[in-house]
Amino acid sequence: MAETNESGAPGAEDALPELPMTRTCPYQPPAEYEDLRARGPVTRVRQFDGRPVWAVTGHAETRELMSNPAMSVNRFHPNFPMPIPALTQLQTPRSAAIGALIRTDPPEHTKQRRDILPSFTLKKIAGIKPEIEQTAASLLTDMIANGDSAELLDAYVKPLVATVLSQLLGIPYEDRNYFEDLTYRRFDPAQVVDAMSDLTDYLAKLLVAKETEPGEGLLDDLVVQVKDGTLERDELVRYALVLVIAGQETTANTIALGVLTLLEHPEQLEELRAEPELWRNAVEELLRFLSLTGGLSRVATEDITIGDAQIRADDGIIFLNPAANRDEAQFERPNELDIHRNVRNHLSFGFGIHQCIGQNLARVELDVALRTLFEKVPDLRLAVPMQEIPVKQGLVFGLAELPVEW
Amino acid sequence: MTVDPMSIRITADTAVCIGAGQCVLSAPALFDQDDAGTVVLLNGQPAADSLEAVREAAYLCPSRAITYTETSQP
Repeated sequence: MAETNESGAPGAEDALPELPMTRTCPYQPPAEYEDLRARGPVTRVRQFDGRPVWAVTGHAETRELMSNPAMSVNRFHPNFPMPIPALTQLQTPRSAAIGALIRTDPPEHTKQRRDILPSFTLKKIAGIKPEIEQTAASLLTDMIANGDSAELLDAYVKPLVATVLSQLLGIPYEDRNYFEDLTYRRFDPAQVVDAMSDLTDYLAKLLVAKETEPGEGLLDDLVVQVKDGTLERDELVRYALVLVIAGQETTANTIALGVLTLLEHPEQLEELRAEPELWRNAVEELLRFLSLTGGLSRVATEDITIGDAQIRADDGIIFLNPAANRDEAQFERPNELDIHRNVRNHLSFGFGIHQCIGQNLARVELDVALRTLFEKVPDLRLAVPMQEIPVKQGLVFGLAELPVEW
Repeated sequence: MTVDPMSIRITADTAVCIGAGQCVLSAPALFDQDDAGTVVLLNGQPAADSLEAVREAAYLCPSRAITYTETSQP
């Protein structure tokens, strides 16, 4: 591979491939990721603002680097990568508040993760599964009663994910419509900045109210820590925001793309109907196959040699997890959906100390959302050809609409 | 009397555990989570037929909290 120049040096780095790359098929990563892979599992690219960074497409290399303690998530480092232009609009002083957990390094991160983790244990998630099933069934009953076609994101996917989040956090019942509306507005790039600001204000007020009128939910558990003096109130607002940001869009988009993908693979959908125990593997395979993040960013704090690549301290690194999930060195026939394989080693939740804290909730939501939908609406089909379904490119890829009929 | 040809010894480092729960999903008879989400080792010396599940738990642990040794007994 090309010699790795110092940042800003002219020459070989001028001809580098550029991020971000664009998906053409909704359930396939950008085709150009394969060109990057051909240059090596850890290779130099140029991001949209011209800065050179490392791009990681290899599965083994992603595991190794993401679990290396010399990978920092400090987004205030001058070389911290910015995988897509839209992220710059959220880099305002106000949004410094959203940096908890996903943008902190140890030891701060260790404490933050431990504060939130008790609400995400496997037992806690198993405990809220029946509520998720009830919500899914009730939304579908309403959807079916309203006719024989629907826009599935609005009718089912977004309300389901928003309701689960409201329940998990402990948003009071009377505030749920307002809260859910705020979280929907986050999906719209034109409204995301205002929505984040309103969400921050709402959560700050709610948390004060909860100190005198506690309810049941993750926020209430954390309010106890505020009262005990082991947690700052501002920190709690940051926790609430990061859970909304990190959990909602990824989950909703994976569910919607999962519906589309299974409808486009009818023979595998038939197998799932005949043998429901296949859902466990199918959920993991869909997570591998659909992984929809545009890149996870890190900055090296030390020199690291990995394969032929010499990463220097202060170099930026972007992990292209959808590419790592299609690495032929790890997965046979990586570009085929196969619900029979056991692929719990996919990297859609990341790896290392920042691996998704809500992953087991996401698994349950994906399982319940898809299973309940295909049970209750057995003749579900796309209302338009797949090519006409509008998509959203971005840090989290997704469908803008999913028109269905039955 | 038959002698188990191999012994497995597992260690679970609660200080580096991040509570992803992967070990519990891989080998629920050997690992659990406490209420804080931290790994609890239920059986650190399981029978040889657990080796595959132990390997998976160690491989999938994102914070490398699970380690194990396998030794052949004479």
